[in-house]
Amino acid sequence: MNSDLIVFLVLSLVAVSTALGMLFSRNAVYSALFLVLNFVTVAVFYLLLGAPFIAMSQITVYAGAIMVLFLFVIMLLGAENLAPSESLPWQKPLAALLSAVLAVEAIYLLFSRASTARSVVSPDASLNTIESLREMAMDLFNHFLLPFEITSILLLVAMVGAIVLTRQDKGEANGSS
Amino acid sequence: MDWTIWVEWIVKGFVLCLILLTGFAYLTLYERRALARIQVRVGPNRAGPQGLLQPIADAVKLIFKEELTPRHVYKVVFFIAPILTVVPSLIIAAVIPLGTSFNLFGREITLYVANLNVGVLYLMSIASIAVYGIVLAGWSSNNKYAMMGGIRSSAQMISYELTLGMCFVLAILLANSMNPTEIVSAQQSGVWFVLVQPVGAIVFFIVTLAEVNRAPFDMPEAEQELTAGYHAEYSGMKFALFFMAEYQKMIVVCMILATLFLGGYAGPFVDQYPLLGPLYLFAKVIVLLFFMIWVRATWPRIRYDRLMAFGWKILLPLTIYLVFVTAAGILLAQETGNQLFYFAGIPVLSIIGFFTAFAIVYRDLRRKSHGRV
Repeated sequence: MNSDLIVFLVLSLVAVSTALGMLFSRNAVYSALFLVLNFVTVAVFYLLLGAPFIAMSQITVYAGAIMVLFLFVIMLLGAENLAPSESLPWQKPLAALLSAVLAVEAIYLLFSRASTARSVVSPDASLNTIESLREMAMDLFNHFLLPFEITSILLLVAMVGAIVLTRQDKGEANGSS
Repeated sequence: MDWTIWVEWIVKGFVLCLILLTGFAYLTLYERRALARIQVRVGPNRAGPQGLLQPIADAVKLIFKEELTPRHVYKVVFFIAPILTVVPSLIIAAVIPLGTSFNLFGREITLYVANLNVGVLYLMSIASIAVYGIVLAGWSSNNKYAMMGGIRSSAQMISYELTLGMCFVLAILLANSMNPTEIVSAQQSGVWFVLVQPVGAIVFFIVTLAEVNRAPFDMPEAEQELTAGYHAEYSGMKFALFFMAEYQKMIVVCMILATLFLGGYAGPFVDQYPLLGPLYLFAKVIVLLFFMIWVRATWPRIRYDRLMAFGWKILLPLTIYLVFVTAAGILLAQETGNQLFYFAGIPVLSIIGFFTAFAIVYRDLRRKSHGRV
C-alpha cells in the first residue's frame, strides 16, 4: 500500500505538471505532446486501480488515435505557433475568476462531504484477471446494450457528417473550374 | 515482494533487448544477402566467413560517424524523436511468449517477460504509440521533405491500424482469450489459426508491412520523391536508431504474426522440452522475415492514393467480413455441436471473401490502368 502511495504521488505530480505544460506552452505541437503524456499518466492511474483494460484502451484511443490526428491537423495547417498577444483581453481575468469559483466550490464540497461519504476503496486484486474482462463485456452487452449501441450510432453519424462536409460535389467542382 | 522476482524481471528484460538488438544486426545482413541472391549478386561476404562480421563493422562505422544537428531544427523534439521510435519497438515484445517455462536451480523461469490478460490490447496500444517517433522526427526536422514523410507515415499508420485491430480480433475470437500465452496454448492443443483463418493471416501480413513502413508500402521514405523522408536530417547514431527501430519492428511483427496465427512457440515435443519453444518461434520468424525480404525484392512501390484506397476500401471491409464470418462460425459450431462450421465454414467463406476483394482490385486496376486520378 505504501509503495502504491509513492507511485500515486509521483504520477499525480507528472499529471499536473504535464497539464500545466499543455496550457502554458506557446507551441501547439508541444501542447499536444504534453497532452499525450497526460493521457499516458492517466492510463497508469487506471493500472494502479487494477483496471488494465481501461488503461490500454485509454492509451490506444486517446494517446494513440486521437492525439495523432490532432498532431496531424496541427502540422498540416502549419498552426504550430500561437500569436504572441491575446486576441481577447477580457478572457484572462474571466478565466481566473471562474477557476477560483470552481476551486472554492470543490474545496467546500470536499470538506463538507468528506466526513459523511465513504472513503474511496480501490478494487481488490481479484478483479485484475481475465474473468473481469469477461464480466465487463457481459455487462456492456447485456445491461448497457442500448447506451452502447446509441454511442456507436452517434459516432457513425459524426463520421458520416465529416465525410459529407469534406466531399466535393462532382458537378460543382466542374462548374467552378 | 520477493526481491528475486525483480532480478528475474530485470534479467529477462535485458535478455529480450539483447535478442532484439542482435536480431537487428543480423537481420540487416540476412536482408542484404537474400536480396543479393534474388538479384543474382553476391552481397556482403568479405568481413568474416560469409560476411558474418559485417554487422559489427557497420555498427563501428555508424558509431564513429560525425553527428550533425542542423541549426533550424526544434532541438528537444529532434533529440527525443529517435528514442521515441526505438522504445516502442523494444517494449512491444514484452508480452510475446517465447515458450512456457523451465526449471533453473530449482526455480521456475517463465519464458516471457510479462503475462498480461489484456496482452493483445497492449500490442495494439504500443503499435498506436509508435507513430509519434516518426511524425515528430518529420516535424522537428523543419524541412519540407521530412515533414511530408512524417505526415505520410502517420496517415498510413492510422489507416492501417484499424485493419490491424480487426486482425487481432480474429485471433482473440478463435482463442477466446486476449492473453498471448493462452492464444498459443489454444493453438497447441487445437490447430494453428492459419488453417482456420488463412485470409486473416495474409491480411495481417500485408497490414504489418504497412505498419512498419516496409516495401511496397514505404512511401514515407520514398527516395525519388522525398529524398529520405522523415530521417533526411538525421545522421550518425540518431539515424542508426531509426534504422534499428525499423528492423526491430520487422522482427517483432513477425513474432506477433507467428504467435497469433502460426502457433507461436508450439511445435512437436515442446511439452517435454520447453527450451525447444524459442527455437520453433525463431524458425517461424526467420521464414516470415524471408517473405518480407522477398516482397521487397519483387514488388514496386505502390502509389500513395492507391495505398489509401487499398487500406480503407478493400482491407478494412474485408477484415470486418472476416470477423463476422469467424464469429458466426464459432457460434454455429457451439450451438449445433457440429465442428464442420468451424473447420470448413470459416476458411471457405473467408477465401471466397478474399477472392472477391482480389477481383475488385483487379477490375479497378484494369479500368484505370493507364489513367490518372
